[in-house]
Amino acid sequence: MDILYLLIPLSVVLVFLIGIVFWWAVRSGQFDDLEGPAHRILEDDDRAEPDKREKR
Amino acid sequence: MSSGSIAVAAGAADKLCYHCGLPVPSGVNLSVQIGGEARAMCCAGCEAVAGAIVTAGLDGYYERRDRFPDSPREALPDMVQDLRVFDRPEVQAGFVTAPSEHEREASLILEGITCPACIWLNETHVAKQPGVTAININYTTRRARVRWDTRSTGLSAILAAIHAIGYRAYPYDPKSLEAAQKREARNLLTRLAIAGLGMMQVMMYAVPTYFAEDGTMTRDIEDLMRWASLLLTVPVMLYSAMPFYRSALRDMLARRVGMDVPVALAIIAAFIASAWATWTGEGEVYFDSVVMFVFLLLGARYIELRARQKAAAHLEVLSRTVPATANRLLNFPLCLNTETVTAGSLGVHDQVLVRPGETFPVDGRIEQGDTDVDESLLSGESRPLAKKEGDRVVGGSVNRGHPVVVQVERVGEHTTLSAIVRLMERAAHSRPRLQEITDRVAAHFVTAVLAVAAATALFWYLRDAQQVLPIVVAVLIVTCPCALSMATPMALAVATSRAAKQGLLVTRGHAIETLARATHFVLDKTGTLTEGRPVLRNVTVTALSRQEALRLAAAVERGSEHPLARAICEAAPASVPPAESVRNFPGHGIEALVEWRRLRVGNFDFACELSQRNPQEPPQGAGTVWLAEENGLLAAFGFHDALRADAVRLVQAIRANGGQPILLSGDNQTIVRQAAETLGIREWRAEMSPEDKQDYVKRLQAQGAVVAMIGDGVNDAPVLAQAQVSVAMMSGAALAQGAADMVLLSGRLTDLAEGIAYTRRTLSIVRQNLAWAIGYNVIALPLAVAGYVTPWFAGIGMAGSSMLVVLNAMRLASERRVRPLIAVGD
Repeated sequence: MDILYLLIPLSVVLVFLIGIVFWWAVRSGQFDDLEGPAHRILEDDDRAEPDKREKR
Repeated sequence: MSSGSIAVAAGAADKLCYHCGLPVPSGVNLSVQIGGEARAMCCAGCEAVAGAIVTAGLDGYYERRDRFPDSPREALPDMVQDLRVFDRPEVQAGFVTAPSEHEREASLILEGITCPACIWLNETHVAKQPGVTAININYTTRRARVRWDTRSTGLSAILAAIHAIGYRAYPYDPKSLEAAQKREARNLLTRLAIAGLGMMQVMMYAVPTYFAEDGTMTRDIEDLMRWASLLLTVPVMLYSAMPFYRSALRDMLARRVGMDVPVALAIIAAFIASAWATWTGEGEVYFDSVVMFVFLLLGARYIELRARQKAAAHLEVLSRTVPATANRLLNFPLCLNTETVTAGSLGVHDQVLVRPGETFPVDGRIEQGDTDVDESLLSGESRPLAKKEGDRVVGGSVNRGHPVVVQVERVGEHTTLSAIVRLMERAAHSRPRLQEITDRVAAHFVTAVLAVAAATALFWYLRDAQQVLPIVVAVLIVTCPCALSMATPMALAVATSRAAKQGLLVTRGHAIETLARATHFVLDKTGTLTEGRPVLRNVTVTALSRQEALRLAAAVERGSEHPLARAICEAAPASVPPAESVRNFPGHGIEALVEWRRLRVGNFDFACELSQRNPQEPPQGAGTVWLAEENGLLAAFGFHDALRADAVRLVQAIRANGGQPILLSGDNQTIVRQAAETLGIREWRAEMSPEDKQDYVKRLQAQGAVVAMIGDGVNDAPVLAQAQVSVAMMSGAALAQGAADMVLLSGRLTDLAEGIAYTRRTLSIVRQNLAWAIGYNVIALPLAVAGYVTPWFAGIGMAGSSMLVVLNAMRLASERRVRPLIAVGD
C-alpha cells in the first residue's frame, strides 16, 4: 500500500493540471456556444433557398 | 422595499460609509453634510461623489434609494481627462446621431446602477447640466439616451457629470453588452468547473473512509487523504464560492436577509471546522459536503443564467435588428441615385431603396416594385409575405424578393418595432404578483431558518456537543429556499420568450398567469374573429339606381377610415362628387351635403332621423348601413365579413382548456347569430356598444369570473382595460396605445389558441415547482433538526431540488409544439 503515498499527491497535482486546462478552454471560448456547432455541421452552405432556421 | 430603509442606522454611522455602505477604515476621518448632519465617508472618492450630489441639491437620493451604490474607489482617478476623446466626431460616429443641426443624441450604457433611485439621481443630475435637452434611462437594460445642444456643451462634460456622482457611462455598443454577458457566463462556468473537479477528487478521498472497516486503513493514509482534500477544497472555497460570500455580505450590509446568508454561513463553518480537524488530527471532516454543495448550487445557477440570457436574447435581437444605415433616394421619380445616410437621420416623406436581403430601416409604404417580405422576427410568421405597390412594410422585416422603393412613414421612436421593444421592456419591468409573494415568503423563511438553526445549535450543544456542527450545517444547507425563489421567475421567463417567438407579445408581467386562470373569454367579432375587411354584398335601392346610390354614399363616406366606409368606396364608381360640411357622429354615421342634398349614411335609426319619418319596420333586405335624405330612405347596403379560417380552432381551444367563449359584437342580430352558430358559441350578444360590453364584463366579474378579452385593440380599449387580461390583434394603434396585456403579432388565431394552452401549462409548472419547493422544505427541516440528515445528504437534497425546479421550467422551452386542443387535462 506504500504506493498510495505517491498516488494521492499525484492525484492532487493531476486535478490542478486538469483545472488549468479547463480554465484555458473556457477562456478561449470553447463553451460559449454549446448548441451552434451541433447544428452547423448539418447545415448545407450551398443551398439556394435561404434557410428559415435560426442563424448562428 | 420602503424608502429610507437603507439609510445607515445612527448607531452604525461611525462604522459604515454613509454613501456606499462599506466600512470606514480606521484612521480615515472624512465627512459630508447630508440632511443637516455630518455623515462619515470611507474614502475621498465617496466624499467627492456625495459632495457633488449634495451641491447639486439632489440629497433626496439618500432617502429614496433602497440599495447602496458601487463604491467609487477605483472609478474616479484620471478618467476625466480621457473623456475629452468622446468629443471628437470620428469617435462619436458609431453611437451619436444628429436629430437637428445643433442637437446630438448619444446612446450610453451606465455602470453602477443598483436601484431605481440611481435612475432618478442620474436623470435629475444630468438634466440639470447646461445644454442637456433630454435624458432617458432604462432600468432593465441600463441604457441611457442623452440629447444635448452642441453650442453650449459637449459629450465629455455630460460623461464627467455622470462620473462626478459616482457612476460610469460608456458609449453604448451592443457588442460590449454581449461581451459582458459572455464574461458572466464564462466566469460562472469556470467557477462551476473548479468546484466540479474539486468535488470529484474530494469524493474519491472521502468514499474509502466511509467504507473502510476498522484497522484496514492506516492512520497515515487517512491523514494524507485529509490533507489532500483540504488542498483541493481551498480553491473551491476561495474562488468557486465567491459569489455566495459577495451576495451574503451585500445583504448583511444592507440589513437584509438573503438566501445566500445561510449558504455562506454553512460552508464557512463546515470548512473551518474541517480544516481545524485536519490540523489537529481530531474530529470529523466535511470537505466532501462543502465542495459538493458548492458545485450543485453553482450548477443550478449556471443553468438559470443560460436560460435567462436566452430569454433576453430575443429582445436584444429585436432592438438590434434595424440597420444603422439606409439608402436614401436623392431625386426619386426622376432618377434612382442614392446616398447612404444613417437610419436615424431619415425623415417622413423621404424615399429609401431597399435591396433584396436588406432589412427595412423604417415603417413605410412601397412606392415602386413588388417583393416578398420576411416578417418572421416580428410576428413569428415564417413564410415571406407578398407585398405590392401601396402595401405597408414594417421596419425590421427583411426584403426577400426584389429591390423596392419605400416611402418613409414612421421613424425612430414611432416605428412598430420600437413600440414592440418598449412593450417588451415594460413586461420585463413589471413583476408578476405571484413572484412578489414568493419573494416575500422566501425572505421570511430565511429569517426563520436562521432562528431555527440557532435554536438547534443550542439544543444539541446541551445534549451532545459533538453533534452540533454537522447538524447545524445540515439545517442551514437543507433549507436554503433557492428552489422556492427560482420556481416562478424561471418558468415565466421561459414562457414569455417562447410566446414572443411564436408571435404572441407579452406586455405585462401578470399576463401569462392571468390568461392561464381565465374562465370566460370574451371575443370581439369584427377584426378579431373576422378578417376585419368587409366587402359590399348587396345594395337594396328604393327610387334610384344602384350605381347612383353607391356614388352618393361614397361621396359622404370618402373621408372616413371606418371599414364599412372603405368597402363602400371600393365598390363605388370612379366619379364621386365632392361632399361639404361633413359631420361625423361616432357610433352612428356621417352627415354631409352632396350636390345640394343633405345626406346621411349610417345605422337605421340615424338615417331615419333625418327625414323625421319613422318607418315602423326596416324594408325587406335589411342591411347594416343606410343612405337617407330629407325625404326618406334611399338605399340599404349589406356587407359580408368572412370569418377567419382559424376562428373555429380558437373557440375549440378555449373550450378544451375549460374556458367559456362569449361573443360580443356591435353588429346586428342576424349576422352575430350566424357567426356564433358557425363557430359553435352558445353565449352571444349583438348590437352592443363599447359601454354595453364593458358592463357585461363587469357583471361577469361580479360573479367571480376571470375575464379574458380578445379584441382588435382599437375600438374596444375600455373593454380591454376592464377585463383582467386582454389580448389585442396586431395593429399599429394597438401597439402604440399599449392598452392590451398581450398583442397577437402574428395575427393568426391558432397561435393564440396554442398560447392559451401554453399559459395553462406554464401555470401548472409554476404550481408544480412551488409545491415541490415548499413540500421539500417542510419535510427536510424537521429531519435535519432531529439530526437525521448528514451534511452531504443535505447538499444533494437542496441543490437537487433547485436543479429540478430549473429543469422543470426548461421543459416549457424544449417542447416543440404544444398540442393545442388536448394539451390540458392530460
